[in-house]
Amino acid sequence: MANTKVNMSLTKNPMPEQDPVVRTGNFDEVALGYTAEMAMSEAARCLDCKNSPCRSGCPVSVKIPRFLEKVREGDFDAAYDIITSTNSLPAVCGRVCPQEKQCESKCVRGIKGESVGIGRLERFVADYHMNKADKPTVEAPASNGHRVAVIGSGPAGLTCAGDLRKLGYDVTIYEAFHKSGGVLVYGIPQFRLPKEIVAQEIDNLQKLGVKIVNNAIIGKSITVDELFEDGYEAVFIGSGAGLPQFLHIPGENLMGVYSANELLTRTNLMKAYRDDYDTPIKHFHNVAVVGAGNVAMDAARVAKRLGAEHVYITYRRGKDELPARKEEVEHAEAEGIEFKLLNNPCAIRGDENGNVCGIELIRQELGEPDEKGRRKPVPVEGSNWVLDVDTVIIAIGTSPNPLIRSTTANLETTKKGGIQADEGGRTSREGVFAGGDAVTGSATVILAMGAGKAAAQSIDEYIKSKA
Amino acid sequence: MYKVVTKRFLNDAKTICLFEIEAPLIARHARAGQFVIFRLDEQGERVPVSVAGYDREKGTVTVMVQAAGRTTKMLHTVEEGDVISDIVGPLGKATEMEGLKKVCVVGGGVGCAIAYPIAKEMHEAGIEVTFIGGFRSADIVILKEELKAVSDKLIICTDDGTYGEKGFTTVYLKNCIEDNIKEGKPQFDRVVAIGPDIMMKFLADVTRPYNISTIISLDPIMVDGTGMCGCCRVIVDGETKFACVDGPDFDAHKVDFDSLIKRAAFYKDEQDAAAAHICRMTGGKRNG
Ligand SMILES: Cc1cc2nc3c(=O)[nH]c(=O)nc-3n(C[C@H](O)[C@H](O)[C@H](O)COP(=O)(O)OP(=O)(O)OC[C@H]3O[C@@H](n4cnc5c(N)ncnc54)[C@H](O)[C@@H]3O)c2cc1C
Ligand SMILES: Cc1cc2nc3c(=O)[nH]c(=O)nc-3n(C[C@H](O)[C@H](O)[C@H](O)COP(=O)(O)OP(=O)(O)OC[C@H]3O[C@@H](n4cnc5c(N)ncnc54)[C@H](O)[C@@H]3O)c2cc1C
Ligand code: SF4
Ligand code: SF4
Ligand code: FES
Repeated sequence: MANTKVNMSLTKNPMPEQDPVVRTGNFDEVALGYTAEMAMSEAARCLDCKNSPCRSGCPVSVKIPRFLEKVREGDFDAAYDIITSTNSLPAVCGRVCPQEKQCESKCVRGIKGESVGIGRLERFVADYHMNKADKPTVEAPASNGHRVAVIGSGPAGLTCAGDLRKLGYDVTIYEAFHKSGGVLVYGIPQFRLPKEIVAQEIDNLQKLGVKIVNNAIIGKSITVDELFEDGYEAVFIGSGAGLPQFLHIPGENLMGVYSANELLTRTNLMKAYRDDYDTPIKHFHNVAVVGAGNVAMDAARVAKRLGAEHVYITYRRGKDELPARKEEVEHAEAEGIEFKLLNNPCAIRGDENGNVCGIELIRQELGEPDEKGRRKPVPVEGSNWVLDVDTVIIAIGTSPNPLIRSTTANLETTKKGGIQADEGGRTSREGVFAGGDAVTGSATVILAMGAGKAAAQSIDEYIKSKA
Repeated sequence: MYKVVTKRFLNDAKTICLFEIEAPLIARHARAGQFVIFRLDEQGERVPVSVAGYDREKGTVTVMVQAAGRTTKMLHTVEEGDVISDIVGPLGKATEMEGLKKVCVVGGGVGCAIAYPIAKEMHEAGIEVTFIGGFRSADIVILKEELKAVSDKLIICTDDGTYGEKGFTTVYLKNCIEDNIKEGKPQFDRVVAIGPDIMMKFLADVTRPYNISTIISLDPIMVDGTGMCGCCRVIVDGETKFACVDGPDFDAHKVDFDSLIKRAAFYKDEQDAAAAHICRMTGGKRNG
């Protein structure tokens, strides 16, 4: 049945999606996934290029043409094994990687027409595997007697823990929240990344023998020093970048101003959208989201699903500069999110009870490009206007939480508050490694995984060198 | 899962209840002034409550909780031997007491439960403690014996005069300060006040003219308790602070009470609706 003919269609097989009108009324996944036929046809668009440029765009070097070949042949199990030999969370990455900036940006088919839908195929293969009834049981490798502690259960921590466990280490993850998964559970909404998928990945890790202790805040419940006293030989810090930034404009403490983190945590982690959960959330009508990255798109789409009539994205630059993934912007537009581009907020207005009643914006023009080549927004004098809203969501970025660095001696940090670490995750302190958003500030899932992987290797070398 | 090993109501009206819970990770470091966040079950809210005591050997932490709304009412139906799904901490900074010699601790209502461990730790550190506890009326007074044991001078007052002195804590605080002056005794080098926002606001007004350093423990609405959501932000000295990590203790003379009081009422409608929906079938217990 192997199909060896290359599919020369210039466009990707379209992704089946929930209708935009229907989906703004629910929290179910938007993209429905390829069928086997669509996947095989899409995989057949790959030219199997000699030096596979796509691989260089992937931070964990997934063997892309090899797994695509297996998909084209319909051997999805083999494709799964190829992907998971370098990527331990394919169901997640296939859904949330910014592929158009990574693997797919390097795809030869993208020069004329659209690149191969690598992310969609990765997702297909992972879902196929997950839905299979007769999965081979995971065997927990025997312990080599060395103990490692991992702080944080986001993609960096999970990957580091998984890799070390496979090498025989006794690994315990300490997680501050009552649920594991980091941003994958508290940040990225259900309609983009169903939490059941994250839960399955975590379940697999636990079957491998990784221990997870929830409700444990390192720096408060236990310090890094005490982890060493308790017998851990190395510590990996994957605590993410959870500290929300605010604008520092008048009105920011009015009622109805949320950080995106608060809105997303209330809805994703604590399921405020479901009647059977106790979490309160305001019933808002008109919402302004400040910022235009992935987090802003998620916040806007969540607000829409919670029943807002109008949701605006306000952003000081233009459409070409939008930092969010292209797919997220398109989904947001289809769902009726209104973009107020080239507008920067300068104040939030409140009524006599201290509730938000508007956001004051100044129009912007794009000036000269800055060092990074991005055109700088310049305010247009006297162009202030007020957008009628009852809720403002601030989504202008996050930085690493100071809790661990302020309670751990001899841990050097960067100017931006990240933990200083080399490409192998080694910090200024012996035995302490770090990676992911805790080091870089907010980045991507796959980069955090890459960092977790590199650190696992360094930890293995470090512990072996001491033995 | 965390087991409740002791449960005991602290007053006749059964408005405030003590729970001792197995939580070794919290017991290891907990200090007076810090708090924990608990969650009853999978659908539960995350609710912050102060550390009222701890036993490092036994690995338990004690909390004293008033039935305020849905979750705390449901907690009151949890019995000894039952488990709750989560408890995390200790969070926030411990109350500073280094170098202090003479302190007046003021508690209002359930605030006395939060103030008690602070008074106790101060007493144990050899600090002279005057404790003023205010309640609405006799049936909700708590910790009578415990407070006596940890204070050099104890005044309990009720709004209606049904127990102890009659009147508000502000009056008795002012009297104590004036007495120190009249009798030529050393003045309090600190006042620590914990209670309803409005009480703390007026207590701050009492101490301001005397220039007595005054610390209050704030309890804004929280989600994570680790500095991640910004929901607990308060304005202190014109700056935005996160109560869960920068506090909960702050300088009473610098807190912007007006914005604090407004923010605390933000979910009031939703909470009232939720509280009204408890207990038709199960009396609040979700799983039986
Ligand atoms: C709303 C949103 C949408 C996003 N969308 C995308 C996307 O589409 N594609 C993409 O690639 N990336 C996206 N990102 C970014 C991506 O999620 C992050 O870069 C990635 O999760 C970082 O992984 P991490 O493991 O470093 O940290 P995190 O995922 O942040 O995990 C850190 C974990 O550590 C825990 N922790 C923190 N401090 C402590 C402590 N002291 N003790 C114990 N535990 C602690 C936290 O509770 C958390 O669980 C998004 C981020 C957000 C917020
Ligand atoms: C740091 C901190 C320490 C605290 N310590 C204690 C303690 O030791 N004992 C104790 O009984 N309570 C304490 N509280 C208050 C406790 O968290 C609230 O009473 C609880 O969240 C109410 O939850 P609920 O679901 O039962 O009621 P809800 O339905 O959430 O609310 C019921 C009523 O309580 C008000 N409320 C909601 N959240 C808070 C809050 N965080 N603070 C004050 N009022 C609130 C609402 O406006 C409403 O009127 C503390 C709060 C904080 C932030
Ligand atoms: S992991 Fe991400 S970047 Fe790498 S191939 Fe998969 S989708 Fe592309
Ligand atoms: S660059 Fe594109 S066409 Fe070439 S091997 Fe990679 S996926 Fe296939
Ligand atoms: S409770 Fe979230 S930052 Fe304080």
